Parts: sequence; structure tokens; C-alpha cells
Amino acid sequence: MSDTPILELRGISKSFGAVQALYEVDFHVSAGEVMALVGDNGAGKSTLIKCIAGIYSIDSGDILFDGEAVSIHGPKDAARLGIEVVYQDLALADNLDVVQNMFLGREELTGPLRALDELTMEKRANDTLASLSVTTIRSVRQTVAGLSGGQRQSVAVAKAVMWNSRVVILDEPTAALGVAQTRQVLDLVKRLGEQGLAVVLISHNLHDIFEVADSITVLRLGQNVAEYKRSEVTQTQVVEAITAGKLSKVPGVAEEVIA
Amino acid sequence: MSATAPAPVEGGPGAPAVAATGGESLDAYARRWWAGVKAGELGSLPIVIGLIIIAIVFQSRNDNFLTAGNFVNLIVQAAAITTIGMGIVFVLLLGEIDLSVGYVSAVAGVATALLTLPDNSHVFAAGPTLVIALLIGLAIGTMHGLIITKVGIPSFVVTLAGLLGWNGVVLLLIGDRGTVIIQNSFFVGFANDFLPSATAWIVAIVGIVLYAGSLFWQRRQRARHGLPNAPDTLLLLRVVGLAIAVLAVVYVCNKDRGIPYVLLMLSGVYILWTYVLNRTRFGRHIYAVGGNAEAARRAGINVDNIKIACFAICSMMAALGGIVLASRLRSVDTGAGGGSILLYSIAAAVIGGTSLFGGRGHIKSAVLGALVIASIDNGLGLLGLSAGTKFVITAGVLLLAVTVDSVARKGRESHGRA
Repeated sequence: MSDTPILELRGISKSFGAVQALYEVDFHVSAGEVMALVGDNGAGKSTLIKCIAGIYSIDSGDILFDGEAVSIHGPKDAARLGIEVVYQDLALADNLDVVQNMFLGREELTGPLRALDELTMEKRANDTLASLSVTTIRSVRQTVAGLSGGQRQSVAVAKAVMWNSRVVILDEPTAALGVAQTRQVLDLVKRLGEQGLAVVLISHNLHDIFEVADSITVLRLGQNVAEYKRSEVTQTQVVEAITAGKLSKVPGVAEEVIA
Repeated sequence: MSATAPAPVEGGPGAPAVAATGGESLDAYARRWWAGVKAGELGSLPIVIGLIIIAIVFQSRNDNFLTAGNFVNLIVQAAAITTIGMGIVFVLLLGEIDLSVGYVSAVAGVATALLTLPDNSHVFAAGPTLVIALLIGLAIGTMHGLIITKVGIPSFVVTLAGLLGWNGVVLLLIGDRGTVIIQNSFFVGFANDFLPSATAWIVAIVGIVLYAGSLFWQRRQRARHGLPNAPDTLLLLRVVGLAIAVLAVVYVCNKDRGIPYVLLMLSGVYILWTYVLNRTRFGRHIYAVGGNAEAARRAGINVDNIKIACFAICSMMAALGGIVLASRLRSVDTGAGGGSILLYSIAAAVIGGTSLFGGRGHIKSAVLGALVIASIDNGLGLLGLSAGTKFVITAGVLLLAVTVDSVARKGRESHGRA
């Protein structure tokens, strides 16, 4: 874990009309670190990652990447920096196979006819899955429709890390999975951290978080309420922070109603 | 154009769900293919069986069905709906529909006839006329696509308006002429002339050699990169199968009038569009938009542009089909583009196995489906049955094909291969 965080957010605010979704939020994640982002519904987790991914623009605050201020105006800017988001719905096309999904929108071409370079793509897909120790997918040429939830999550994660990405954001990766599948995905998350990627994990499941996360950032009503090292905190403390963490700015009654 | 024509890319959508592994025996491959069939990955199997049944039934009723002469007739009769059906495949792959293809084809047919009229002040030659007619189709499709994507009106409504509107344009163009006879020799010959038999043999053999060469080259490349290949025997079977089918078609046609030029044209566009769908980035993106438009959008694909391009291709193929149709009838009249053209073309793509819900289908669907429809039409004609009977039976086949597809999809879902 290096000293300068790869991605650091300072005093990020974002409002939608009268609703203040984020209020001066600080957040950081370093290489090789798995940072869990937790909070109750409406705490601002999704808004925060959408700001990082370039889907929303921030109202105020600074985003630092490798210690340098950057501006992210769209998903392409985020991708260029090496920030990849795996959304909860995974965004896979069921009718395409694993290779086709992993290279969707970034297909490799070859020859004077600019034909699809299936050989290179198939090899790279195999290599990426192997590097993540994903062994449950028998063939990269089967359609995604035939995969289990855990396998689909693995494909989505492999798709995200294939592009020399440095920060991978996982939105509720285990929400819809069974016990064995959750196991697969958590192992995968650990390996991402071990490979030196900065991982942001959004989850409601404290059990999962305590298993894989190095640090935990707690949001409540759009504000930072706590940041913990996993080794120095108990689940009870985190639950308290989520439900009753101390707010620096108490939202007005009217705002609460709107929110 | 044959049932075993160029196979789709290894593992393309619709291929057996599990790719072949290295050194697999033919036996193991066959067993896995059969397991796929039982799980609902039917591919072209039902339609090939259907064609065999159709052939047996009609031949038992009328000896003329399986004759060289009737086979050549069948090719020419199927040509227009095959061409238009290929375009329909593009919009069906998106999960959209184009109801205007019938009259768009007529607009192109009428334009062709009018541009080449000898009593014009400026008579267009065949080449420029062909280009203009295709560009008219392209422009119409682009307009449909722009309205559908930029204004946000469902394709059903836009092309329903097109159905009426382009019919009106056909009537306006023909005016009080009633019927326009095509007098340009190229356009008359397009669907009515035949290749010299020697030329047909040469074209067929060159085609087979190229197909075999591409398959073996692909095999070598995969082996060099250490990727799994289908069993060698299967490769050989594919080449031999295609060779037998193509040579049989040439032999049979040559016994009668010969290979129609229009079959050469169909083979050309078949190879072109199969290549575009399976081997290009554009084709891949069409499947992606049809499978999951939101995923495609997040992958940075310009979904609107893909849709506009597909509607443009669809209308352009309709225009080409309209020229084929006009050429076959040697004239266009106020009824052009009406009747069963639209429904037969859409039915061809659907019977051939292209899903109405997007993301699944191939160019070969249109070819196989059109062959089924033309066979039924032709066979019932030989039996001297009325148009009413034809429509009822064709409707039954369409319903049967969609039922097979629907049952197969349920099978896939229960086997986790949806």
C-alpha cells in the first residue's frame, strides 16, 4: 500500500435541485487497498461513484488522481484515467459470448479489411480470466446467458480489469448471489487487491465487507461520518455509524422530507 | 446460396453454446451438438427438416415439383423475398420492425423503370440507374432511422406511416401510365437471363475453393495461437457438404436453363452481409444493441447510429429486391409492392430463425425462410390451388415456425441457455 492514494476526493458536494445528495465528502483509496463504501439507502454511495465514473458532474470539490487534480466530465475521461465501474446489473449482453462481451466497444481489429481479430481477443480473454484465477468458466466461447450469477460477475470484473485499469469500483457485487457464488466473487475481489489495484466495494453486507475490505468509509445522508481500518473496528461500531453517525451539518426537516 | 453455405464464425451467436476443445473427436462433437439441440439450440435443423417434408409432400402430389425446370423457377421466385428478407434481418436483430419494405421496394422498381424509359429526354444507363435506385432506398431507410432514433417514435409506427406513404409515392410516380414496361436489356435480363453453363461451373468451383481455403487458413491461425479448433473431420464435412450442394445446384440448373444471374447476385450479397455481421465491429455492435442496448451504450457504442444504419441497409435491400421483382415481371404497375411481398419477406426472416425480440439471427435465416415460403407458394401453384389456400397454408407454416422457436427458447431457458 503506497502513501499517496491513487484516487482521492476532497470536499465533494453534489445537489439535485433542493436535495443535497453529497455534502463535502472526502474519500480516498490506494493501490492494493480494498476500500468498502457503506451507508444506508439514500446515503449517497451511488451518487458518489457516479461522480467518480463521470456520469454526474460535481458541484464543488477536487478529484485527485495519483496526487494530481483531474476533472472528469464523462465516462470516457474516467476510463482514460483507468477507472472502471462494474454496475450492479453488470451490463452484459446475454446473446454474446464471453469474449464478445469482454471486448464490447473496444474490439481488436486486424488486416486490411479491418476484420475482428478473434484470435487475439480470445487469447487475451483467456489470459485475463486465468490471471484472476477464474476457473469456473469452461469456455470463453459460450454465451453469457448460460452462465451463473457468479460467473457473470467474474466476466464483468474481468472486463473491467482488462484495460490496465487502476481503480475498479464494484457496486453490490454479491447482492443477488448464493453462498458459493458469493465466495467466488469475494475471492476475486481479494485477488484484485493483491494484484495492486485499488478496489472500491459497495455493499450492504457487513459480513462480506469484514472479510475482504482493508478500510471502511461510512456515508450517512450524503456526509462522511466515519472511516475505519477493518482491523480496528467491530461490526457493531460500523452499524452504529451507518444508522446514527454524527453529522457535521444537520439537514433541515424540509430537506429530509424531500430526500 | 445453399443450406450449408459459409458457416457462421466459430461460436457466433446461435452456434453451439460450448466451443470445441482441442483434439476433440467428431463423436464427442456430435454428442455435444445433440445435447445442445435437446436443450433448445436448434439452429437450422427444423427448417432443413421442414424443407425435406415440403419436397416429399409436393413431389408425391405432383411429379413436376422436383424437376430442373421447376427448381430454376423456384430460385427466381424466391429471389425478391430473399433479398428483402436479408434487409429485414438487420432490423429484427435490433428488436425493431420495418413494415414499409414492400412499397419501398416498389419505389425503387418504379424509379428503375422510369429512369430507363427510352422516350425520356435523358435515358439513364443501367449502372447509374442501379446506383440511383439503391441510393433512393438508402435515403428512405436513413430517414426512417432518423425519425425513429432522434424523434423517438417506435419503428412500428414510423414504418406503418411509410407503408402508406411510399404506396402513395408509387402511385404518384406511375401517374396515369398504369403500367410501365421495363425496356432496358440489363434490367430485363437481371432476373430472366442465365449464366452460360461453363461460366457457372467455373464460378462454383472458385467459390468452393475460396471457402475451403478460408476455413483451413482460419484453422491454421487458431492452431498457431494455441486456440481450440473444431474436429478436422467436421471441417472436411463442411467443405464436402458445401461442394456437393453447390455442384448439385449448378448441375440441376444447367440441365434446364442454367444458373440465373440473380442467384449470383444473391450469393454476393449473402457473403457480404454475413461477413459484415460476423466479422466486423459494426456487425458485432448490431448484435450487442439487440441483446442489451443499455450495455452497448455503456460500452461506448453509438446506439442511434447503429439503428439508423440498420434501417438504411434494410431499405436499401428492399430497393434491390424491388429491382429483382420488377425485372422478373418485366414491368411495374400500380399494384407494385403490394400483396404478399411485405409479409412474405418478414415471414422469411422469422421462419428462418431470426428472433423478433432482437439479438438472435443470421443472414442465412432469410435465405432458408424464403426457400420455404417460395416452395410452398410454388408447390401449391402446381397443385392448382387458389391464392386463399396458399395464404392459409403459409400462415400455418409461419405459426409453426414461431411455435418451434418459442418452444426451443423455453427449452433453452430451462437449461440455462436463454
